[in-house]
Amino acid sequence: MSAGQLPRWVDYGLIPFLNLAAAFLVSGLVVVLIGENPLDAVQLLVWGSVGYGEGIGFTLFYATNFIFTGLAVAVAFHAGLFNIGGEGQAYIGGLGVAFACLALDQIVPWYITLPFAIIGSSLMGAAWAFIPAWLQATRGSHVVITTIMFNFIASSLMVYLLNNALKKPGSMQPETRTFEAGGRLPFLNDIFPSFGFGYAPVNLSLFVALAACVLVWVLIWRTKLGFEIRSFGANATAAVYAGISPVRTIVITMLISGGLAGMMAINEIMGSQHRLLIDFVTGYGFVGIAVALMGRAHPVGIVLASILFGMLYQGGAELSFEMPNITRDMIIVIQGLVILFAGALEHMFRPAIVKLFTPSRALAAKEA
Amino acid sequence: MLRLTSGVIAAACAVFMTTTASLAEPAIVYSVGGKFDGSFNESAYAGVKRFQDQDGGTVREFELERDAQSLQALRNFASRGASPVVAIGFNQANSLGQVAPNFPDTDFAIVDMVVDQPNVRSYVFKEHEGAYIGGLLAGMASRSGTIGFVGGMDIPIIQRFLCGYKQGAQAARADIRVLSNMTGDTPAAFADPVRGSELAIGQINQGADVIIQAAGGTGIGVLQAAADKGVLGMGTDSNQNGLHPGKVLTSIRKRVDNAVYDSFQAAKDRTFEPGIKVLGVADGGMDWVLDENNKDLITPDMKAAADAAVAAISDGSVKVHDVVTDGACPF
Repeated sequence: MSAGQLPRWVDYGLIPFLNLAAAFLVSGLVVVLIGENPLDAVQLLVWGSVGYGEGIGFTLFYATNFIFTGLAVAVAFHAGLFNIGGEGQAYIGGLGVAFACLALDQIVPWYITLPFAIIGSSLMGAAWAFIPAWLQATRGSHVVITTIMFNFIASSLMVYLLNNALKKPGSMQPETRTFEAGGRLPFLNDIFPSFGFGYAPVNLSLFVALAACVLVWVLIWRTKLGFEIRSFGANATAAVYAGISPVRTIVITMLISGGLAGMMAINEIMGSQHRLLIDFVTGYGFVGIAVALMGRAHPVGIVLASILFGMLYQGGAELSFEMPNITRDMIIVIQGLVILFAGALEHMFRPAIVKLFTPSRALAAKEA
Repeated sequence: MLRLTSGVIAAACAVFMTTTASLAEPAIVYSVGGKFDGSFNESAYAGVKRFQDQDGGTVREFELERDAQSLQALRNFASRGASPVVAIGFNQANSLGQVAPNFPDTDFAIVDMVVDQPNVRSYVFKEHEGAYIGGLLAGMASRSGTIGFVGGMDIPIIQRFLCGYKQGAQAARADIRVLSNMTGDTPAAFADPVRGSELAIGQINQGADVIIQAAGGTGIGVLQAAADKGVLGMGTDSNQNGLHPGKVLTSIRKRVDNAVYDSFQAAKDRTFEPGIKVLGVADGGMDWVLDENNKDLITPDMKAAADAAVAAISDGSVKVHDVVTDGACPF
């Protein structure tokens, strides 16, 4: 039962929709169980995330993070690698952004700092992915294990640096000083006041994320390297036989993946917080895995999945705000169900749908 | 633009908020740990509960899932007419600094950080003073001459606690050995009782016979291990004496509940004033607990010494070292 047997709109439209619908149905049952009206809950969730300017702004802000981490996971997927170290790579990427901003913010305007922040964050993120990549390529140490271990090393390193090297003297908070104007990306609300994003921290890095989507698409489907990555992911043995170097492919793919994860820090650090602080990643790296799965590792899918998760993050906050019975833990349950149905149980409805479509297509073929 | 946006929100609120009628309802935004974290947030929740039980007031609550929500939550409460809006935790200082000027008629309060705005009351605690009392009692109760400290993350607020603890212990006996471990480098370090228990057992094996926890939920495991191994634990933030009666020497409380209750009450009585409130042992902001559960563990000598230390810190004759303002811990 391969994907080729189904029309594209079914594969990329109907099946994800059914998965989502199933997830929301089960979530609705959970909401009923705790004694709230699920329709009201859905209404609040949708209103909170896309019902007014500021809500949309927050949704897009979260989506920006997910686009970066989702792309990171997706690029690795194409080479058959499972990079679950986005969390740590993004955390270390923050260091690159902070170095650029701390060095330049008082001297030059933001549009000069931004390229350095992009380079810094992607270099740091890539560097953090390098050792797991190299170990996988040359020693066969599985990246799933090594990248997740590197998440913990990243946490320890950042706590150490923020406490001992980067902290403002005399401050209780493990964080750097706040960046001046040269280290702050403009908020979209200041560029497009008519959208009414209000106080939402959505900023220019949204466009950096969209540009990254285009570049990833070009890389994977329009370059020689992308072809090598996909070949290697589809069948490593055949790829090696065709003359593709496994070491080179694994290392380069992981470097790109780590770099993309690292760029997430631009949105959080330069776009919103304007200082490097402890634990700014808080799970975006892990949700990136779900985003990539749901978006079928395709940039368009990833943008859509990112917006969906952005809605869940933002709408979920509004929901727990309006319905005190629905605590933040409930929101995590709903998010978990979406991940479960869209990711792990992705193929649950597929056999039935294939059955549904195969005869009609065979019939159509006969008639034609 | 700002007015338009808030107008849109207000209109939207009017649609969605038909049930809340009273205007000056207080609100609280808990820090990321969640209100049942067994220590810091829960102490704030105790203040909320006291206000609800004693004054019959209703309080709107929100638990942050991530820091980015803080700005939104504070603004939501303020724009819906809640007052005072209390922010728990230093992580919310930046957000409150941005929100407070937009709602000049709303009272705000923040715990654990100073926000310098004309409508904000800032509560900060001198944790190191409470830790000093804890160290003093631990030093006196120890027979082996070795005591332990299990912290959460290695961040300034915990380092400050550790330093006060060491200073207090040395005041009890100069040759005391203080073992200290931090649980980890992620927020999970405050919610890992299994690791807390492992660290405590490690310290017990090295001879520690009194162990204090400064690690939130992780501390539950520390106290459990101490009780299981027959040594004494020491609680923090909330009163944890009752967790293992007779096995917890005392609890060093940080009265976040008082700060929360005080701000709600002040707003209710219309006596809310902005400014900085520094709470230490002198004004009961930090205290140690003597109750049914530990009355057999605290000897009259220990009680006298602790009371004397409280008096000495209060009148300034003993100065407890604060690593945040005084630099690295000399002990």
